[in-house]
Amino acid sequence: MSDINTGMVEKYRNNFLKEVEANVEEGDWVKMCMQCGVCSGSCPMGPYWDHPPQELFMMIRAGKRDEVLTSTSMWMCTSCYNCIVRCPRELPITHIMHGLAHYATRLGIEPKGQPTRQFAQLFWDNLAKNGRVNELWLGVNLYFMNGLVEGIKVAMGMAGIGFGMLKAGRLSLKELVGGHTVKDKKGFKAMIKKAQELEAARIDNAQ
Amino acid sequence: MAKEYSFYPGCSSQEAASSSNYLKSVQSMCDVLDIKLNVIPDWNCCSASIGYCGGGELPRLALSARNIALSEQHNAGQDIVATCAACWLATKETQERLDHDAGLMAETNEALAEAGLKLKNETKIRHMVEVLIEDIGYEEMGKHVKKPLDGIKIAGYVGCQTNRPFGIEGESFENPKYLDKFIETMGAEPVEKYDKKVSCCGGALAFSEPEKSQALIKDIIEAAYDGGADMIVTPCPVCQMNVEVYQDKINAKYGTKFHIPVTYYSTLMSVAYGKNGKESGLNGQIIKAEKLEAIAGK
Amino acid sequence: MSGMANEMKIGAYICNGCGIGDRLDSAQLESTAKRDGKAAICQQHDFLCSEAGVNMIQHDIDNEGVNRVVIAACSRRAKTDAFNFQNVALVRTNLREGVIWVRPDTDDQQETTQEMADDYIRMGCAEAKYAKPPAPSGEQSVNKNILIAGGGVSGMKAALEASRAGYPCTIVEKTGALGGATAQLYKKIPTKAPYADPEDTGVAEMIAAVEADSNITVYLNSTLTNTAGAPGRFAADITTESGSTETKDFGAIVQASGFSPYDASKLPEFAYGKNKDVVTQMELEALAKAANGGPIKRPSDGKEVSSVLFIQCAGQRSKKEGHLEHCSGYCCSASIKQAMYFKDQNADIETTVLFTDLRTPGAGGENFYRSGQNKGVSFRKGIASEVVDGANPTVKFKDLILDEDMSEEVDLVVLATGMVPNAGQPTRAQLTDQDNEDMASEKAGEEVEIRIDVESILNLDYRQGKDVPHMDNGFADSHFICFPYETQRTGIYTAGPVRRPMDSQQAMEDAVGAAMKAIGAAENSGLGRAQHPRVGDLSFPTFRKEGCTQCKRCTVECPFGAINEDEKGYPIYNESRCRRCGTCMGACPVRVISFENYSIDTVGQQLKAVDMPDEFSEKPRILVLACENDAYPALDMAAQNKLEYSAFTRIIPVRCLGSVSLSWITDSLNSGFDGIILMGCPSGDDYQCHFVKGSGTAQERMGKVGDTLQSLSLEQERVQTYEISITDIHKVPKIINDMVDTIEQIGMSPFKF
Repeated sequence: MSDINTGMVEKYRNNFLKEVEANVEEGDWVKMCMQCGVCSGSCPMGPYWDHPPQELFMMIRAGKRDEVLTSTSMWMCTSCYNCIVRCPRELPITHIMHGLAHYATRLGIEPKGQPTRQFAQLFWDNLAKNGRVNELWLGVNLYFMNGLVEGIKVAMGMAGIGFGMLKAGRLSLKELVGGHTVKDKKGFKAMIKKAQELEAARIDNAQ
Repeated sequence: MAKEYSFYPGCSSQEAASSSNYLKSVQSMCDVLDIKLNVIPDWNCCSASIGYCGGGELPRLALSARNIALSEQHNAGQDIVATCAACWLATKETQERLDHDAGLMAETNEALAEAGLKLKNETKIRHMVEVLIEDIGYEEMGKHVKKPLDGIKIAGYVGCQTNRPFGIEGESFENPKYLDKFIETMGAEPVEKYDKKVSCCGGALAFSEPEKSQALIKDIIEAAYDGGADMIVTPCPVCQMNVEVYQDKINAKYGTKFHIPVTYYSTLMSVAYGKNGKESGLNGQIIKAEKLEAIAGK
Repeated sequence: MSGMANEMKIGAYICNGCGIGDRLDSAQLESTAKRDGKAAICQQHDFLCSEAGVNMIQHDIDNEGVNRVVIAACSRRAKTDAFNFQNVALVRTNLREGVIWVRPDTDDQQETTQEMADDYIRMGCAEAKYAKPPAPSGEQSVNKNILIAGGGVSGMKAALEASRAGYPCTIVEKTGALGGATAQLYKKIPTKAPYADPEDTGVAEMIAAVEADSNITVYLNSTLTNTAGAPGRFAADITTESGSTETKDFGAIVQASGFSPYDASKLPEFAYGKNKDVVTQMELEALAKAANGGPIKRPSDGKEVSSVLFIQCAGQRSKKEGHLEHCSGYCCSASIKQAMYFKDQNADIETTVLFTDLRTPGAGGENFYRSGQNKGVSFRKGIASEVVDGANPTVKFKDLILDEDMSEEVDLVVLATGMVPNAGQPTRAQLTDQDNEDMASEKAGEEVEIRIDVESILNLDYRQGKDVPHMDNGFADSHFICFPYETQRTGIYTAGPVRRPMDSQQAMEDAVGAAMKAIGAAENSGLGRAQHPRVGDLSFPTFRKEGCTQCKRCTVECPFGAINEDEKGYPIYNESRCRRCGTCMGACPVRVISFENYSIDTVGQQLKAVDMPDEFSEKPRILVLACENDAYPALDMAAQNKLEYSAFTRIIPVRCLGSVSLSWITDSLNSGFDGIILMGCPSGDDYQCHFVKGSGTAQERMGKVGDTLQSLSLEQERVQTYEISITDIHKVPKIINDMVDTIEQIGMSPFKF
């Protein structure tokens, strides 16, 4: 348990719904769910969620804080937006799922080994470095995220695809060094840093 | 006179990136339709939909806000056009959310100031498909066809993010028709009732949850074969890649014999407009689009 | 009775339009009408429903003494405005939908098609011969006074609306004040956009409007101790608490007697009565009224409530003994409203609504639900199993989303118990346990007092019972979709929660509808005209006393309680209570009941008029007795869709399957009909019979046909009964054609003489 997590538990006591409303992206929509279950039924990854969105919303109202935030469920979201367009109450469900995942990460209690959680972090780190995604490094990092031995196995398995992409001119080894970048890297990084500070002031430091 | 747009190509369309062939065909298509694309100088990644773990709401909004601000500064008065579904979605979402939330807007501008930028947020954010439908029109698109794609049956795979949550004006979320109309306009035959038209390919989870995603992709390809398709066409770089590159793996796992080319709508249009294989990005196919190559080679 | 009836003169008019003249031999039809039908005058016209055609007929009525008019043209359901002649008996013979549209236009079919048309001409003339022009009895004149039982918002609204339309109203209210249940509320569910907050009840303004209206008389602390008569001439005894009685006359009655809250003491599992902090919704209204916008305090110790849980469907939507089976419809919205009483006063009060299916009917229901969620009311899908008594009540429940047993300790529990309609006593027919016993005793000449502990609302002086019959779950309604506000007692209309569960807004809308129906009843009955569904019909049943055996079957089987008995047991008809279905006629074993233009003979002579080919002709005859409300329109629509059925078919429309006399079945079998099909409306719980019980009664009676068939040594398949909905357009021709196939298999009837 991180300090910020303890702080949030202290601050909101039994009212997890309020905590979500205040700190999770689009969290103030959670109370508007009418429990029809269309989101859960519309999700392409539906069978793999421990708690589909409808249930997560009810768990939030029922104060099941740890179960929600440590869950792998919202990391199953593919961002297909099916739930959003079908929700009769027009809840931004996709965004709430992202928001819950991010909030859990911010508190340091997310399921660390969850593959999408790892990939999502890699993706962010990758883009935050140069302002643009380096697909080659993203792939390399992804395959080796569980260590060298596992990584070589995965990479060997994916070699065919990588080779096909190289041959088709859709992957370049040039990306290993340097690669695509924004020119104003300094301004870009300062902007991200500022945004992170402002958000932290709102959430982390408000405990 | 050429129609001018402020163009946001996105990471995957960069040189030697995964959808560089998309960009190639878009350029050829725009050339024929007299569309001029002015790239947003120094654009950055939109963080797609998978950036949420590391990036909080505000940093992610700042990313797209920077692109819009740069566009407003350098390509003033021009609509922003994206070819990538995720780029379009992230930028449009940013614009809407900042439009509705003055607090976030103020914070975003505070962050942008660090990069010497200011956001007015008055620019229209559009997908290339919208430009074609709304600004060019099917009739005009059809007028430029030099080599109708006769005898090719195509499954129009719209996928998710070009379709939801914004979608194309006048189209339904459950069964959008525009891609089929594109196919028809180019002289090919769309698969009627392609029942995986708007199903998810797994998106970014193709990397992190390969088996679950490949199960989804298998259904998408299977439905295309069931409809008698010779090839699949899509408006989305992630859809294109996921549906094309995993076919061998799916075959190995499920004992299927998939080998179906997956191209972009712009590939079809370039070929139909008489561009050669290279100009149409056909050399970017991992699974060769032989029927298109034959037409392009004529 | 019309004096002209004695000098019967038939005029038959054959239309050659709509293809009839092209398909049929009109000259032969004309000679059939004259020779077999005994029509004194028979004329053809190319366009009979045109002004010229109608004038031709009217001319014969005015100058030639024609008083029985046979229109041989289209269906009786078409061109009713054109073919509308006064002071004659009118018969419609259906050559278009009934013949040419259901038969192929081929040479080989011409003979049987023409035979079909000729028979219909014979049948039409036979019917005309036995029909008399209907005339009102003059039993009552128009009485514009409307009696309204109940002074809640339904009753007040009915009075205000009827009064505005120029009809004086009398409200009889049992309690000492107007306002009913709505007056007990702190606020009501919102009725106006944006449907976000509880609204003032508006009862005070309504009471003021009623009191200011000189056209409305109000009796408080009063009940109806006797209601006699019929629409147009009701005589009601209004008795005050002190015992004084006044008798007043009314044209029609609106019953707006409302509901009683379900008795929560039947719910010991929820600690009601044991824990003072478990209250009903109505009791919470009183607490909210007392708080008047301040903090609501709980009953046990006066503590300000900081947490409250609402248990929806408490004792309702349940098949458990003593529970209500129905959904009361208003309680979900009421709980949202009551949760807002707390939230609007202090947003930190925890309010939870425990529901299984949240139902918020009405235009604003969904908005109101959203508003509740926006205000932070918590909604949990779950089923409460128990409320544990204690300093604070603890609710045990199963959360249906999380699939977990849970419990919540709260300051106050509110039970959303439902509505029990104040519908008065069940009728005799509905007291199934005692019914047989009573009937048996009555046969022995004893009058048996029906023992019921429910107070009567109307105290009707009707043989069939003191109140209007109850339908599902004890509500006093007729058919909730087809005939809203109608009860099974003509001229008495229910409005509000006595009819079906509803909130005050719906009740007021209901009141407007019931008031309009009451006005219609007062006007129509004054002119001797029928109410819905045979609106405007002037015919009414009479009986021939000489033949009557005082069996009382007519009084028992009448769905509308229209028939009383005199001291000797002879029927007394009340014309304006009658809906003209003829169920009494079908019930009468000695065939003494008839209408002027609908009788044993008007149908019986038709089936006898059919030209019956001999047994070896290979031309069977199928008789169809089709209810005019659903089956006959379905047959017409089949014809419009050019669906074919056999040319051996002869169809006679009947007012209701309940009016079918067994003698018609026996007579047609004896006349040589090979098959008989009866088509009535669906009966049973989800009945569609326009006369409520007619088709069901007919089904029972037809059980006896088996004996008749057996005694004639005929196959059981020869008589078949079907329930037909108006949409069964493709089913009806198939039923007919299947019967023809059946006859082909079992052979022709030997009774062809």
